Amino acid sequence: MFEIAGIREIVKPENLAYRKSDLLTENVMSYCPGCGHGTVHRILAEVIDELGLQSDTIGVSPVGCSVLMYNYIDVDIQQAAHGRAPAVATAIKRLLPEKFVFTYQGDGDLAAIGTAETIHACNRGENILMLFINNGIYGMTGGQMAPTTLVGMKSSTSPAGRIAKTMGSPLKMTDIVATLPGTYYVTRQSVHTPANVRKTKKAIRKAVQYQKLDRGTCFIEIVSNCPSGWKMTPVQSNKWMEETMFPVYPLGDLKTPEE
Amino acid sequence: MEKELRLMKGNEAVAEAAIRAGADGYFGYPITPQSEILEYLMEANPEETTGMIVLQAESEVAAINMVYGGAGCGKKVLTSSSSPGISLKQEGISYIAGAELPCLIVNVVRGGPGLGTIQPAQSDYFQSVKGGGHGDYKMIVLAPASVQEMADFVDLGFELAFKYRTPVMMLSDGAIGQMMEKVYLSPQKKRMTTFPDWATTGKKATRPRNIITSLDLESNGQEIFIQKLQDKYNLIKEQEVRYQEFQTEDAEYLLVAYGTSARVCQKSVQIARAQGLRVGLLRPITLFPFPSKRINELADHLKGILSVEMSAGQMVEDVLLSVNGKVPVRHYGRNGGIITTPEEVVENLKSIFIEA
Amino acid sequence: MAKIRGSIVVNVERCKGCEVCMVSCPTGTIAMAKEVNGKGYNYAFPANPDLCIGCASCAMGCLDGVIAVYKTKI
Repeated sequence: MFEIAGIREIVKPENLAYRKSDLLTENVMSYCPGCGHGTVHRILAEVIDELGLQSDTIGVSPVGCSVLMYNYIDVDIQQAAHGRAPAVATAIKRLLPEKFVFTYQGDGDLAAIGTAETIHACNRGENILMLFINNGIYGMTGGQMAPTTLVGMKSSTSPAGRIAKTMGSPLKMTDIVATLPGTYYVTRQSVHTPANVRKTKKAIRKAVQYQKLDRGTCFIEIVSNCPSGWKMTPVQSNKWMEETMFPVYPLGDLKTPEE
Repeated sequence: MEKELRLMKGNEAVAEAAIRAGADGYFGYPITPQSEILEYLMEANPEETTGMIVLQAESEVAAINMVYGGAGCGKKVLTSSSSPGISLKQEGISYIAGAELPCLIVNVVRGGPGLGTIQPAQSDYFQSVKGGGHGDYKMIVLAPASVQEMADFVDLGFELAFKYRTPVMMLSDGAIGQMMEKVYLSPQKKRMTTFPDWATTGKKATRPRNIITSLDLESNGQEIFIQKLQDKYNLIKEQEVRYQEFQTEDAEYLLVAYGTSARVCQKSVQIARAQGLRVGLLRPITLFPFPSKRINELADHLKGILSVEMSAGQMVEDVLLSVNGKVPVRHYGRNGGIITTPEEVVENLKSIFIEA
Repeated sequence: MAKIRGSIVVNVERCKGCEVCMVSCPTGTIAMAKEVNGKGYNYAFPANPDLCIGCASCAMGCLDGVIAVYKTKI
């Protein structure tokens, strides 16, 4: 491993303030530079590690950029058909109720082809954590319009920008599932700044702990970027996300448990 | 323990047999003519007795993907549907085959294409034995011809599914699913308490993480995997062919029929023999693997083979391939949910092979 | 008063040069190398190591888990 250190004298085990969890494997992630998936993987791995749940966790990866999640997080993982992760996770949790079960899906997977599975898993109140990465675009297939694409936003299948009248408006799945009695904790977060990363990690930790209570579905949307699909640098994409995505997808809790 | 005798519908027999087989989960969606399976299980509520989970999914698509999830945990899981619903499940079945997961899928066939009819048919043969979903896969296909076999093939299906890590389909039809017969039910089996080492049950420190996937982006790896699948199917062809013969010893003409058609043809053999025609019947019990070798052997002494199906002619292609031109092979069948009569079969046999 | 001193360690081959750590750093410790790593990315490195306060903002912002952070009181 080729490393560059700042001041060697400080780099001692007793001074370690932060290092990625071992549950995030050494495999270099296949995501484009600056893609939010990597951060969400990292903090999810950290939460599982910190709560000592590696041997009790079963994840479900989607079809999309994060299809290879199983190469990066060192827990048992099933890779589901496009959009079907909530159905797959439903059976896993019903058959192994003592395990921590999570799904990880992008917006195409969760909000387009998997809309039915998403809504019905939430409506049954499946006791799982659903992580929803919303970057308003199909990343893996090359930047096509997603149900979450903003009006006016250009993609390879909305080259002049999304037109609401003919292409529909951004679908707010998180708002929809928050209205269902089956959901227990619904929040929308981001990972584009260190402060937001800490908040999102806190939300994930809460959701993981809620699963022990068996009160229903926890649903965390993470508004994220797609520098390649948006044709921006990572830093530009984060700024654009703040200015353009957040007004449509405002961050914050949509449903919190009555405690 | 003694077997219990009951009068049941074929669909009910599947449901009861699933509980007794120690199944861990059933995931279904209503569709005629198989809704009794889900209804029976909901009424029986096995979660209270054996711990078996029964769930009504939002679609056939969701149900088969629940089966994927459960099977990926090494659990004994099944689903059931009828033709249009099985079409919806094909994507999931392909993924299950690609991820090498064991499960049982029951198809209580109705006529098609499209919404077709709710009456019995055998027109899903191609879909069942030739793939159905995308990619180079097969599944073991069991064809029951009685309510008893609908019960028995649940256990057999699970056994084969786990032995070969493959989806198994029970290809029944609306007639056997709906009719009532006496059935001997096996005693209650315990649910499994240990699971295969490949199952996702939570990564232990003693093993690498388990991954259930059908994806391999490396061409070489994918080719090796596909070859491994074909090796498995070849092994299944060698070891798991099942069929039943009825008066084939001296037969000049052979009927080949499965499921409901085989019941009809058994009577046709009696009628033909009463008329002095030496007719026999071969009933494939496994449609994949198909009893090709046996049909080929029998063909050495035959003048003709009639494939009788409630379809426009599907299994007849496998019969043709089996005999490879040795004897004439023809198809006779009714469609639209009409079950052919034994007399019709004999008349057609005569007009095709004897009077022609 | 004790001063907090920090130091980061960058796993060079894992870095994709996205620059998010650089803009996340409140003290200007990090810059992007002129050289590239094995994948062709201009990797992040502690260009001004004396400025590091070990706050881990860079590591929190890092998309690829590239950065380890150490800190001590001097």
